[in-house]
Amino acid sequence: MSTRNPTDWKSEAMRKRIAGRYAAERRFKFAGLFAVLLSASFLAFLLITMMGNGLRGFTRTEIALKVDFPASPLLLDPKAITDEALANANLPMVTGTVAKEALGEKADALLSPTAWISIRDAIKADPTILSRTATISVPASTGLDLAAKSKGSPEMEAEVARLKQQGVLSTGLNLGFLTASDGTDPTQVGVWGAFKGSLLTMLVTLILSFPVGVATALYLEEYARKNWWTDIIEVSINNLAAVPSIIFGLLGLSIFLNLAHLPRSAALVGGMTLALMTMPVIVIAGRNAIKAVPPSIRDAALGIGASPVQVVFQHVLPLALPGILTGTIIGMARALGETAPLLMIGMRAFIATPPGGITDPATVLPVQIFLWSDEVSKGFVEKTSAAIIVLLVFLLAMNGLAIYLRNKFETRW
Amino acid sequence: MTPMTEEQTNLTIDNPKMSARDVKVFYGEKQAIKGVSIDVGMDHVTAFIGPSGCGKSTFLRTLNRMNDTVASARVEGEITLDGENIYAPSMDVVQLRARVGMVFQKPNPFPKSIYENIAYGPRIHGLAASKADMDVIVEKSLRRAGLWDEVKDRLHDSGTALSGGQQQRLCIGRAIAVEPEVILMDEPCSALDPIATAKIEELIHELRGRYAIVIVTHNMQQAARVSQRTAFFHLGDLVEYGVTSDIFTNPRQERTKDYITGRYG
Repeated sequence: MSTRNPTDWKSEAMRKRIAGRYAAERRFKFAGLFAVLLSASFLAFLLITMMGNGLRGFTRTEIALKVDFPASPLLLDPKAITDEALANANLPMVTGTVAKEALGEKADALLSPTAWISIRDAIKADPTILSRTATISVPASTGLDLAAKSKGSPEMEAEVARLKQQGVLSTGLNLGFLTASDGTDPTQVGVWGAFKGSLLTMLVTLILSFPVGVATALYLEEYARKNWWTDIIEVSINNLAAVPSIIFGLLGLSIFLNLAHLPRSAALVGGMTLALMTMPVIVIAGRNAIKAVPPSIRDAALGIGASPVQVVFQHVLPLALPGILTGTIIGMARALGETAPLLMIGMRAFIATPPGGITDPATVLPVQIFLWSDEVSKGFVEKTSAAIIVLLVFLLAMNGLAIYLRNKFETRW
Repeated sequence: MTPMTEEQTNLTIDNPKMSARDVKVFYGEKQAIKGVSIDVGMDHVTAFIGPSGCGKSTFLRTLNRMNDTVASARVEGEITLDGENIYAPSMDVVQLRARVGMVFQKPNPFPKSIYENIAYGPRIHGLAASKADMDVIVEKSLRRAGLWDEVKDRLHDSGTALSGGQQQRLCIGRAIAVEPEVILMDEPCSALDPIATAKIEELIHELRGRYAIVIVTHNMQQAARVSQRTAFFHLGDLVEYGVTSDIFTNPRQERTKDYITGRYG
């Protein structure tokens, strides 16, 4: 046997190896840092563009309209202001006349067609203004709104300059965007209908997919024998989670609409379709969470004579719950952002009233975004971005809820 | 009953609490226990010793049917508790495990309060009629487990916040809270330091007589200290079973002697 030479830890080759090792570590660190910065900058770009465009969607341009009520052709008794009297007073016509006096011949193009509603509300709030001249803020037309906020047509830009000189132009919060539904005039549209549709759809999805998903995960992990049959089920579930969502839409179309004749474009069918999609995600997350419960806890419970059901419901499920909830909310968040399958079941219809229940025609936020982004009118651009902000806030709220629930139920060992 | 071979002399005792006859355990194709017959008595602590992988833990887990949870495990032969076959279809496995309690190698308290850890067993078996009853059971069990004085002021703290040795005594307390007849301990001290180990051994002494205790250990000094009877397992066989002092001072089998003198293990 040959004797081994003692290793020279200070040799040139050794030194090189050490230097190489350090260099590799530094390169790896920089590559990681670069990746993080790149993704952070993409995110920042997305957020900044979104905010830049979208925040304007929450505001509207208003014109301070001076109304000399006694001189106006308005015939209203200040002592008998009822909804009926207001409805009969022909306010749109009066508004048009008043606006022409105040703003010139082109007033019709400057004011929103619904400007009279602001005047009606002002009278309702304080009938005494009928005996004097009052200044009321009314929404501007889409053209003027666009010109005031960014770029409009040359005539409108000129009008903006003129009105600004008069000092009657202002920017106000557009609360209507959160309370109104879809419409044809971009100054009048809102996300409430789509938001409510999303809420109802998510509710149906959650009610259907959570119990079924958790029960499936529990059965497969705790009861099912490991055999050929359960292997097939497992593979199918994993594949189901990866199936493109449009295919679930086709499935929903052919089964829920064509076969079961459920109402078209309703939150019920949308929710059922999305539940098909969400369930595999919940099953997979649930199984992983259940698997992660240490076997020693099962042993402990079985060892003092807990029945299998007691072990599952009193020990395994509570310990797996944070993981199950996280998985569920991730699945729900994905379903919330889903557009394609809902288009298949008719949720892309124009629906101007918020749904009253799960069987009413409804639309959802992502579909609303899709529809608005397709509109010709320029006013919809900022509305689209604003709707995206609403959707993102909704998603962030759901993820926040996931983090909160996980921390709340997490067991400290 | 299988005929007694020369190897298995001394395996029967008067008035056994549990007895196994020709027990064979298979994991799939592999045979882990090759026909073991043994009696476990009420009045003494029985130690199972042997090298790693000899089947002593596997055999212990057949005594309260914990092997049922392993899908591939199959048990043949007969094991009786007070003369009743525990593998008979009429035997309720949940009740069996309450009567034959178990303490595991790694302390495994529930991630709940100390009180809840003890109270869980009596609650699921309906042993306490009221909150006051339960308080009594919890105190008694913790006292018997030698833990009461250390935890009486923080019963509602998490059981997992205790030290390793305290956790293991909590697990013993949890096992005795359901008033078992037999307590199986699967290397209960292998994760503990010497001081905690000494406390557990002391506890085993105190519990002797009240419960039939079977302890698996790979620490021969421990077997010598805590047990009155010792069974030596090797490669799935029960090589020798007898009074502890005899096994350690005067083993009949060559294999036992080699193991005890440290020639393999």
